[in-house]
Amino acid sequence: MSRRRLERLLNLTMCLMATSRFLSVAEIGELVEGYAPGSTADEQEAFRRMFERDKQYLRDIGIPLETGSDSFWSDEVGYRIRRSDYALPEISLDPDEAAALGLAAQLWSSTALADASASALRKLAAGGIRTLPGPDGLEPRVATTEPAFAPCLAAVQVGQAVRFPYRKPEETEPRERHVEPWGVVSWRGRWYLAGHDCDRQAARVFRLSRVTGAVRAVGPPGAVRVPGGVDLRALVSASAPPDHTRTALLRVRPGTGHALRRHARVLPSPRRFARGETDSQPGSTPGTPERRPGSAWGTADHRSDSVPGAAESPSGSVSAGMDLVEIDYSDTEQLARWVAGYGDDVLVEQPPQLRNEVLRRLADAARVHADAGPAHMVAKSRGQSGGQAVLRIEDPVAPPAGAAAVPGSVL
Amino acid sequence: MSPPAPSSSTDRLSRLLALVPWLRAHPGVCLDDAAATFGVTVRQLRDDLDLLFVCGLPGGAPGDLIDLSYSADQITVLDPQTLDRPLKLSADEAMALVVAARTLADVPGLSARDALDRALGKLEDAVGTLPSDRVRVELDAQDEVLRVVQDAVTRGRRLHLRYLVWSRDELTERDVDPMRVLTRDGRWYLEGWCHRSKAVRLFRLDRIDGPDGVTVLDTPAAPPPEARPRDTDGLFQPGPEEMRVVLELHPAARWVADHYPVESRRELDGGRLLVELRVWETGWLRRLVLGLGDQARVVEPADVAAGMHDAAVRALAAYGPAVTGTQPRVAPPAG
Repeated sequence: MSRRRLERLLNLTMCLMATSRFLSVAEIGELVEGYAPGSTADEQEAFRRMFERDKQYLRDIGIPLETGSDSFWSDEVGYRIRRSDYALPEISLDPDEAAALGLAAQLWSSTALADASASALRKLAAGGIRTLPGPDGLEPRVATTEPAFAPCLAAVQVGQAVRFPYRKPEETEPRERHVEPWGVVSWRGRWYLAGHDCDRQAARVFRLSRVTGAVRAVGPPGAVRVPGGVDLRALVSASAPPDHTRTALLRVRPGTGHALRRHARVLPSPRRFARGETDSQPGSTPGTPERRPGSAWGTADHRSDSVPGAAESPSGSVSAGMDLVEIDYSDTEQLARWVAGYGDDVLVEQPPQLRNEVLRRLADAARVHADAGPAHMVAKSRGQSGGQAVLRIEDPVAPPAGAAAVPGSVL
Repeated sequence: MSPPAPSSSTDRLSRLLALVPWLRAHPGVCLDDAAATFGVTVRQLRDDLDLLFVCGLPGGAPGDLIDLSYSADQITVLDPQTLDRPLKLSADEAMALVVAARTLADVPGLSARDALDRALGKLEDAVGTLPSDRVRVELDAQDEVLRVVQDAVTRGRRLHLRYLVWSRDELTERDVDPMRVLTRDGRWYLEGWCHRSKAVRLFRLDRIDGPDGVTVLDTPAAPPPEARPRDTDGLFQPGPEEMRVVLELHPAARWVADHYPVESRRELDGGRLLVELRVWETGWLRRLVLGLGDQARVVEPADVAAGMHDAAVRALAAYGPAVTGTQPRVAPPAG
């Protein structure tokens, strides 16, 4: 924006704030430094167009221009800005509250939202609040790297329907979607758009990273009605199976299957299945299933749960020295994928459907890799040492979402 | 088409309108600090001040203009004219700040939680209704572990962790001098100097073995001078020294390319996908591939593919001869 226009807009804003009565366009032209209403029709038309653009600009940045007239007899429209509408109200925050807001304002690592929250914080500071940097050593950050984020957020804010190409993971070609957006939700580090799918006539959730092209707003702003009682979080998290209604019985090799154990309960090993040194087991108490105190993964005293000798299970499989654990689940395929992944470290006792599904997956995996022949040197681990150019997370497969560097973000 | 609406957070006029009351609230502030707060250069700030200096109320007489003076180390606003208060928060600003505050206020175990609740209440009282919760961020909840770790960071204490290295399915014990607590991708991490690996490491809080897996030691945290917090934006980039693995994914397993950091992807016929991953440990890869059955195949390297075969055969054998002899319900070969 030109310096002249900036000066004119500032003068216009202050003039309209200073007046108590409505000022007509003609009066504004006379009063405000920077306008030249002129005398010819063309000049006056040019001035009015300029004022219209200026007026719109002020409204766009949130300045409340009031329209009205002081006179019953004149229908000429005038303008003013009421100080009480313009100004941020007095807010009095305690130091810890201001510091907490300072911490919150740093949450966004994407430019648009980071700019907006920084600007909000400056306004609070301009209003007299002593904002402080948040507590040291705490840096929550949320990124919005998906290109679809900004247009979806805008559509949610103005209540406008959108169209976009969307590709489900199992599909090769994107399909056009037509959605009345209800909200955008970040869940488990990923952004989703929740809304009414106009073609499918049902509530749907869309992961923004799967939007493959431009998000176009369609229809008038304000047309989207969000049904009362919609719980966005529930909608988004509903993609995860809700109730764990079934229970599986697994054998888990001591010292393995840690992530799975976290969701499972370690059972006392039934002595009757064990052979050999069962008598020497300390603390093996058959009884009610319970989560072992002392470890979230039920591993703290796994020795007392494991059967040193060979344990023969009711189904006839042999699983020597394994822990018996119980896990609740809802989706057989999902649990089977998890269990099969552990190979011979985790075996299914019950139920048979789960067991068969795991066996099927293992047999399939063996078959599709059969051409590879026997392995001789697979187990060696790689890339452990050498240059430490990259800081290792103790989780090399963390999702990629945070990968894009954000200009200007302070870490 | 009309030009895109200006964003009040980056718009210069908005900055000028905020600058005057901000300077009034910070009398005698120096140019450097004011420029840093507004995210502009000192030169831009001078330009702003010079511009404000010639603006004011109708009349244009000295008494009608914004009156300010500045030198390198001090800015003074003598008369702000009508700009003595900041403009109320724009919809974007209120949304960005309030959603962020709500997000953190929802995190159990976060020490700032209570203060955030109070701050939100006061904001609401002052500005009327706050933006609806149509924008939401859910951070991972790790209340007790987060509380303990945060406490150790604040007090500068060493931590003992029982920590799951997920990729190796290994539960480890280690002492860590905490440096900071952060979130990435919705999850909480502790960054600190790990005495076991003698390096700066990130630890995902949900892989600490529950509240009993973290102990604050009665030892001051003393990371060595070379321990520096790292720029974590690029952290999930695999390093150059890892192994390259090529996976063929069937349509039902295409989500893998969405979920793991793939280096490249190529469409094959029938909706299959060829992706390239870099991995430094094969443990997690084996769990992924075995679990996927015939939906994924390791194409390269051959020894890793062979390892998948062996692991699957070994697992089948563990179910006993009855199983290995007649594998039940084996799906017909794909294709």
